[in-house]
Amino acid sequence: MRASMAQRVIIAVLGWAVGLLLFFPIAWMLLTSFKTEGAAITPSPVFGPTLASYAEVFARADYLRFALNSVIISLGGTLLALALAIPAAYSMAFHPSPRTRGTLLWMLSTKMLPPVGVLVPIYLIFRSLGLLDTRSGLLIIYALMNLPIVVWMLFTFYKDVPHEILEAGRMDGATTWGEMVYLLMPLTLPGVASTGLLSLILCWNEAFWSLNLTSSSAAPLTAFIASFSSPEGLFFAKLSAASTMAVAPILVFGWLSQRQLVRGLTFGAVK
Amino acid sequence: MSSTALAPAISPSTVAVPRRARRGPGFALVAPSVAVLLVWMIVPLVLTLWFSLQRYNLIDPTQHGFAGIDNYTYLVTDPDFWASLINTLVLVGSVLVITVGLGTLLAVLFDQDFPGKSVARLLAISPFFVMPTVAALIWKNLLMHPIYGVFGGVARSVGLAPIDWFAQFPMASVIAIVSWEWLPFAILILLTAVQSLDHEQREAARMDGAGPIASFVFITLPHLRRAIGVVIMIETIYLLTVFAEIFVTTSGGPGNATTNLAFLIYARALLQYDVGGASAGGVIAIILANIVALFLVRSVARRLVV
Amino acid sequence: MAAQRHLFLCLAATGLIGACCAAVSAKADTTLTIATVNNGDMVVMQKLSSQFEQQHPDIHLRWVVLEENVLRQRVTTDIATGAGQFDVTTVGNYEVPIWAKQGWLMPFDNLPSSYDVDDLLAPVRKGLTYNGKLYGLPFYAESAMTYYRTDLFQKAGIKMPAAPTYQQIREYADKITDKSNQIYGMCLRGKPGWGENMAYVTSLVNAFGGQWFGTGWKTTINTPPWHKAIGYYDGILKADGPPGATSNGFNENLALFGSGHCGMWIDATVAGGLLFNKSQSSVADKVGFAPMPTAADPNAPTWLWSWNLAIPTSSKQKAAATQFVTWATSKDYIGLVAKANGWVSVPPGTRQSTYSNPAYQQVAPFANFVLNAINVSHIDGPTANPRPYTGAQFVAIPEFQGIGTQVGQTVAGTLTGQTTLDQALASAQSATARTMHQAGYPKQ
Repeated sequence: MRASMAQRVIIAVLGWAVGLLLFFPIAWMLLTSFKTEGAAITPSPVFGPTLASYAEVFARADYLRFALNSVIISLGGTLLALALAIPAAYSMAFHPSPRTRGTLLWMLSTKMLPPVGVLVPIYLIFRSLGLLDTRSGLLIIYALMNLPIVVWMLFTFYKDVPHEILEAGRMDGATTWGEMVYLLMPLTLPGVASTGLLSLILCWNEAFWSLNLTSSSAAPLTAFIASFSSPEGLFFAKLSAASTMAVAPILVFGWLSQRQLVRGLTFGAVK
Repeated sequence: MSSTALAPAISPSTVAVPRRARRGPGFALVAPSVAVLLVWMIVPLVLTLWFSLQRYNLIDPTQHGFAGIDNYTYLVTDPDFWASLINTLVLVGSVLVITVGLGTLLAVLFDQDFPGKSVARLLAISPFFVMPTVAALIWKNLLMHPIYGVFGGVARSVGLAPIDWFAQFPMASVIAIVSWEWLPFAILILLTAVQSLDHEQREAARMDGAGPIASFVFITLPHLRRAIGVVIMIETIYLLTVFAEIFVTTSGGPGNATTNLAFLIYARALLQYDVGGASAGGVIAIILANIVALFLVRSVARRLVV
Repeated sequence: MAAQRHLFLCLAATGLIGACCAAVSAKADTTLTIATVNNGDMVVMQKLSSQFEQQHPDIHLRWVVLEENVLRQRVTTDIATGAGQFDVTTVGNYEVPIWAKQGWLMPFDNLPSSYDVDDLLAPVRKGLTYNGKLYGLPFYAESAMTYYRTDLFQKAGIKMPAAPTYQQIREYADKITDKSNQIYGMCLRGKPGWGENMAYVTSLVNAFGGQWFGTGWKTTINTPPWHKAIGYYDGILKADGPPGATSNGFNENLALFGSGHCGMWIDATVAGGLLFNKSQSSVADKVGFAPMPTAADPNAPTWLWSWNLAIPTSSKQKAAATQFVTWATSKDYIGLVAKANGWVSVPPGTRQSTYSNPAYQQVAPFANFVLNAINVSHIDGPTANPRPYTGAQFVAIPEFQGIGTQVGQTVAGTLTGQTTLDQALASAQSATARTMHQAGYPKQ
């Protein structure tokens, strides 16, 4: 890059400014988690730090159980969605039929149903199937909720893969399964990974079904948060502590995997 | 073969299908997904449609029987109904414009090389990981509250009167919160698209004397068209049903200033456990969403397909 | 082949042993799932429940602690569909009669005499009784009262009378407001919601001689008492209220008063203990208490809310649940909290014995105010004109959640100037009448 020194300084300043600005509310939340409740409701950044809020949060709820549930449900839901979506996206991208477009659009439209409207029917179905308050029930719902998006994103990643490679593979006698696993997967791994990450985040933060379909066994971190928000009395320090603990796993995971993704995300760099 | 970014294929496939392609595996591979989605959608959809035609209240057994389109007319003739539709569209449109517009610019920015850029990028992405309820609570109480929020504190320290955001600019405040949540998603997708832009093309353009702005408009933007399409489609799906942010901050008020369709359904039907009304609201929401999607596909997405 | 047979036998044996163990343990142990709100007193109950588990080693407790609105929706969905996920649930006195009418709650018929059910405060108990049977046991109860800053009053030379009127309150608020120093004479709930701003506004309307519905369930919102009441509400908040009033619910006002920004505050009595707590409130030594102000109708229903423990009929462990519920609402439990956290933290408003206890009186100077407030809450009492519903700061019908929230949104609109008072009352009237008509009122 032959940008001038001034240009580079400006770009650096801008980049950092944007990053810090966007991160500021989270930083403030982190700060608040170390305040007492009384100090939490003042806008002052100067205060005497304390771990009392974290202690109380840990003492009140079994954080690890909630976190484990979140991990299992989000990972499980994502894996299930990917398992169903990869064959479908493969077929739509490489063996398209006149119905492909309609199917894609129909899949997307299934996401338009607002959950509030369909709470009671789903609750009744889950009750009859004995899936209430189970991790498997919730991860099935999540997989189904995210399936349209996952299929669609995989489909667009697959469309980028040049046909010649698969043609070559086919002429070498690769089966469909072989094509999918040995040729396609390595080529599109970054795309699959970023789709998986998106699905993971959406599952992690989903706060409607996770609250209504679980009670004690399968409750994930969203229920953990709901036990700290808006009680009768001051709660901001505790809520900040609780949500720092709820955000931390997914944030760390996202940061780590992001490095992986971006390093490899030059798709189409297949020549 | 130049690299391409995400390509939503809305039109019939433009990829040449080799003569000897086998058509067999197509159906068998798609079938499980479609079948599962079918069951998942048909059953609740049918139940929802059925309930929407009934008078069915969870805690008031005196309401029962066939209602016909009564639930629908009740919702549609609600004095806040049209306001809620407009609010929904305003919310979706504004957040789309902000996230896509800013997202494109920021994607280009973060594509540049500067010291510590990966850390800065990670910071910029982080809002997407926070639960919407928590995000709304933080913004409402810790940041925007005129007395004990940070914005108020900053305003007072420079001698200005703090702004009462949720009273004076309720919709703008909600839009700000939702945009903050979704901007990282746009940045992420658009950044990956920008990074796949062929550097040779850019170099060539620069050598031809194109300045940064011209290069942006004529090279980067067209390349991003498909990525922008993906961002728009996915965000629209989620933005149409924004609920938590409104519930936590303004509860749809003051008046109906921030009542969108999802909140209206909640306030009129779900709060009183009127399953019939909530189901009718759900069906109306699907219709609205399909209209929006149709409009998007016709106008925006069509131009995004190569 | 032998190895396979071995494996099969091992597995079978394990399975058999496992089944036996499961059967044995299933007979001995019960697990109760308890759904509760995340208020401070319930958190204490959760902590102290380990003592209950020690006393009853065969009962295990599992807690579902959620924020009030989420909990209400969660539990209602479960109970209405008979799914049986919860054995004990925390409900307000709003839900108890409604759910009891549906047959969703188990009546408490055979309480032991040691429980001393007559010790329960009469108005609280009445609110939980349906058809002569008790369907919920109160965990804690609250009415409302006026909090004021003794130092600000002293500086302005005002003395709070024993029975203030709303007119007097307005005068005082005008005197002590000092907006340039961020002191606001009157803080009131403004956040839209049936349990937020409309809880206060309903009691205000009652005090001014108004009501929600008249005989035959005729909606009576667009009436002079409502005009006067909402006019008063808008007037005092615009002149003496803090900015951001329409986002302020109970907690926000608690934060404001506790950090010294409010001169007066009319809200739930439970705030008394919180304002007294030095770690949460910077004005703990400057808080004064007075009854809720009165206006045209001094005997109007004021405010009574109780959080109660009830047992859904869909529960499969009713006996164990009853044991827990009677434990958590007993005199012994109150004594337990006193020993663990001091008398100032015991659950208030449920038992006469709490208020007769000199130890409690000593540490809680607001105790008598709370007791009096509860005793004059008149939840069944008449409004200025006859009314077909009960409830003090709410209307005890299932539709009230939706109606209250909708009218609450409209009232908040008058505060921000989005609608005029006349427009607001007219639209609230027609919207409410419409909802009631849709719900089938008057019911035959």
